[in-house]
Amino acid sequence: MTKNSGVSIDKTLFDWPSDSPHLKGSKCSDCEAVTFPTQDGCPRCCGTNMEKIPLNTKGTLWSWTVQGFLPKSPPYAGPETLENFKPYGVGYIELDGQVRVESRLTESDPEKLEIGMPMELVFHKFIEDEEGNDVIAFAFAPIDGE
Amino acid sequence: MTDVAIIGIGIHPFGRTEGVSGQDQGIYAAREALKDAGVDWSDLEFAYGGSAAAGAADSMVSKMGLTGLQFINVANGCATGGSALQSAYMAIKSGAFDIGIAVGFDKHERGAFRVDSPDWYGKTGLALTTQFFGMKIQKYMSDYGISDDTLIKVAEKAFRNGSLNPKAWRKQPLSYDEIKNSPMLSHPLRKYQFCSPAEGGAAIIMCKASMAKKYTSTPLYLKAAVVRTRRYGSFEVFTKGQAIDQAESPTVDASKAAYEMAGVGPEDIDVAQLQDTEAGAEIMHMSENGLCKDGDQEEMIQTGATEITGNLPVNTDGGCIANGEPIGASGLRQVHEICIQLRGEGEKRQAPGDLRTGYSHVYGAPGLSAVTIIQR
Repeated sequence: MTKNSGVSIDKTLFDWPSDSPHLKGSKCSDCEAVTFPTQDGCPRCCGTNMEKIPLNTKGTLWSWTVQGFLPKSPPYAGPETLENFKPYGVGYIELDGQVRVESRLTESDPEKLEIGMPMELVFHKFIEDEEGNDVIAFAFAPIDGE
Repeated sequence: MTDVAIIGIGIHPFGRTEGVSGQDQGIYAAREALKDAGVDWSDLEFAYGGSAAAGAADSMVSKMGLTGLQFINVANGCATGGSALQSAYMAIKSGAFDIGIAVGFDKHERGAFRVDSPDWYGKTGLALTTQFFGMKIQKYMSDYGISDDTLIKVAEKAFRNGSLNPKAWRKQPLSYDEIKNSPMLSHPLRKYQFCSPAEGGAAIIMCKASMAKKYTSTPLYLKAAVVRTRRYGSFEVFTKGQAIDQAESPTVDASKAAYEMAGVGPEDIDVAQLQDTEAGAEIMHMSENGLCKDGDQEEMIQTGATEITGNLPVNTDGGCIANGEPIGASGLRQVHEICIQLRGEGEKRQAPGDLRTGYSHVYGAPGLSAVTIIQR
């Protein structure tokens, strides 16, 4: 997939296409708490001086699980059926000094997932929308060789 | 302020009851509680009630009797029952009312809870409570050395206790291997380690303590009822971005406040009901409720400490795993079981000894806990 095709599943999370794709967070100007997604109130100090920041694209796996059954639809909008569903990984990725982001993982083998392993942000086609555009979602992938 | 006594308890069997609405299961439970207390519906001054999927709780008055009582509907996720009880407790404690009821019922569709999350979070397959529980215990096992074997034994105990409880949903004990070989739903948790959404009803009648002997020679006293929500940094269900700062869970906060309110400590607890949405939750909630240190659960469970005959019986009725979870009723089922145990009416599942103090804990989305402490 080229970076020039598709649409973001939610523009408040990330822009697509983009020359430097990243997730968007917000940071409190008063107490420096970081949130994902962005929000306009601070969950730590209760203030309202939140500014938008780009989140790091690399981090470490804080915890994980593997989704073993097809989620109910709605709300799930994935393309799988009961017959072809394959379990997928889900985890929290700790972005150093920022926040832990909940995300789907590209890896779903429990033997290959380990708390503390380095991960990086990737983007992938999730579904096609009604107009035939690729709908792009984010995930985190193990960093090869680390 | 006045003390609060529990004088009547009632429950409709949990599980699946075809042809009986959720509300009728609540009405059944309320009538059982009235019978147990020896009072009439018309004697009650107030009700707090909850149902998540079976209609507004207060509509039950059309069948119970239109007495004009104050009836307030409560909705607090899986902690709805505990929140209804806490509200009733405060109503009497404050002196505003003398006698009333907390009631809850539900009837859920089969399968995992469907979460109302039409945004990217639900669309991409992240908004599942089961994932949160999997990730929380995964991290806890890594931090505190809890084994997969222990997780299986917790579920084994739940079904064994459920088999001794005529009101439970799952009355068949399951073997270690049946649990171990059941499908992995959210690693490390398997199908038979999770509770399922279900049906049922439960009701608790309370009055001010000075009136209690009028109704029963063996009243129980509600010494504490506390609800707390999550603070910044606690790890909770449906958290898209989790703070790196760590804070104690709302269970820890509610538990500490309840011990203080009741004037007792964890060492005084003779029997406990802990939210066991899945096997890992029971393990983590043992320490979050102050009943052991983090990591001690491994040895406690391996040596049978939380069995009915152990030092600290936990979920003697089979818990959520064997009873299922009708949201409106679940927290009240826990309190019902503590009352059964303190009264010595547990029959085959009765914990031995002179039980004086019981503890119940329910956790709900998106991060709140309700704790009660009850004494004989």
